[in-house]
Amino acid sequence: MIDIALVIAFTLVGLAVAFTLYRLLRGPSAPDRILALDTLYVNTIALLVLLGIHLGSNIYFEAALLIALMGFVGTVALCKFLLRGDIIE
Amino acid sequence: MIRRLLPHPLLTPVLALIWILLVNHFSLGHLVLGLVLGWAIPLFTLRFWPQETPIHRPLVLVRFVVVVLYDILVANLVVARLILGRPRRLNPVFVALPLDVTSDLAISLLANTITLTPGTVSAELSPDRRQLLVHALSADDPEALAHHIKVRYERPLKEIFEP
Amino acid sequence: MLEYLLAFLIVAGGVFTFIGSLGLARLRDFYTRLHGPTKATTLGVGCILIASAAYFSRLQGEPSLHEVLVTLFLFITAPVSAHLLAKAALHLELPSLTPRPGERDAPQE
Repeated sequence: MIDIALVIAFTLVGLAVAFTLYRLLRGPSAPDRILALDTLYVNTIALLVLLGIHLGSNIYFEAALLIALMGFVGTVALCKFLLRGDIIE
Repeated sequence: MIRRLLPHPLLTPVLALIWILLVNHFSLGHLVLGLVLGWAIPLFTLRFWPQETPIHRPLVLVRFVVVVLYDILVANLVVARLILGRPRRLNPVFVALPLDVTSDLAISLLANTITLTPGTVSAELSPDRRQLLVHALSADDPEALAHHIKVRYERPLKEIFEP
Repeated sequence: MLEYLLAFLIVAGGVFTFIGSLGLARLRDFYTRLHGPTKATTLGVGCILIASAAYFSRLQGEPSLHEVLVTLFLFITAPVSAHLLAKAALHLELPSLTPRPGERDAPQE
C-alpha cells in the first residue's frame, strides 16, 4: 500500500520539480527565478524525505534539515540583494 | 538575580525540547544537556533578543492557533481549485489593510498569518507601520476581504498582545 | 489502518506539492504565482514529513519526531520569504494583472 503511494508521490513531486525548473529557466524576472529556486528547495526536501521512507533509512533527515536552513537563508539574501543592492550593510 | 541568570524563562524549555527532537532519542543525559544548552544559549545571545512581549489571554491564543491551522487546510483547497481552474478567470487584487495593532510581534504574526491563509499574501508594510498591503489571488469584494481579515485574525491578536 | 492513513498522507502531500508548482508554472503574473508555492507546497511537504515521522515511529518502535522540526521551520519561514519576495517585486515594479497601489492614483494626478 505504502509502496504504491510512494510511487505516485515520487511521480507528482518529480513533475513539480520539472515545473519549477521551467520557471527557473523561463524567468522572466529576477524575483520569478528566486521564487522558483525557493520552491525547488522545498520540493527537494519532499523528494529526500520520500526517498528516506522508500529506503527505510533515517539518514536523509539531516540533509533535509540543512537544505531547509540554507534554502531559507539563500532566499532571504537574494531578496535583500534585490531590495537594497547589498546583502550585508 | 533569577532574572539575570534566566533572562528568557520560556526559551530554555523550548531549546531543550528542540535538542531532544534533534537527537531523536529521549534519555536523562540528553535532557540535562538540552537544559544546559537552553540555559547557556539565551545568556550568550542576550543582546540579539527583542524585548519580551507579555501574553495576556493564553486561551485566546490557543483558539487563534486552532483557527489558523484550520484555515490553512481550507486555504489550500481553495488555492488548489483556483490554480487548477482557468487562470484567466482569476481576479487578483491589492488591498490596503489599515492596522490597529502596533507592536512588532503582533504585526509580524498578523502578516505571517495572512500569508499562510486563504489566497492572500502580505506584500508590504508602509513606512509608518499603519497599513499593510495585501495581495489576494482572487477577490470579488476587496472591502469584505479586509473586514474578514480584521475580524478573524487581527482582533484576537490585539486581545492577546495589546489589551 | 495506520498504513492507509500513511498512504493517504503521502499521496496528499505529493498532490499539494504538485499543485503548488503547477501554479508557479501556469499563472500569469508574479504576484499570483507567489500564492501557489507558499501555501500548497508548504502544506504538501508538511504532509509528507508527518507521514515520515509516523512511518519511522512505527518502524523503530520508539517515537521519531525530528521531522516535526523541519515542518515547523518550513511553516515559519515560508511566509517570511513570500513577504520578502513580494516586497522585492513591488520594489522592482514588476508588471501586474491588477493595478498596483502606486499606479492607481497616477492617472488622476
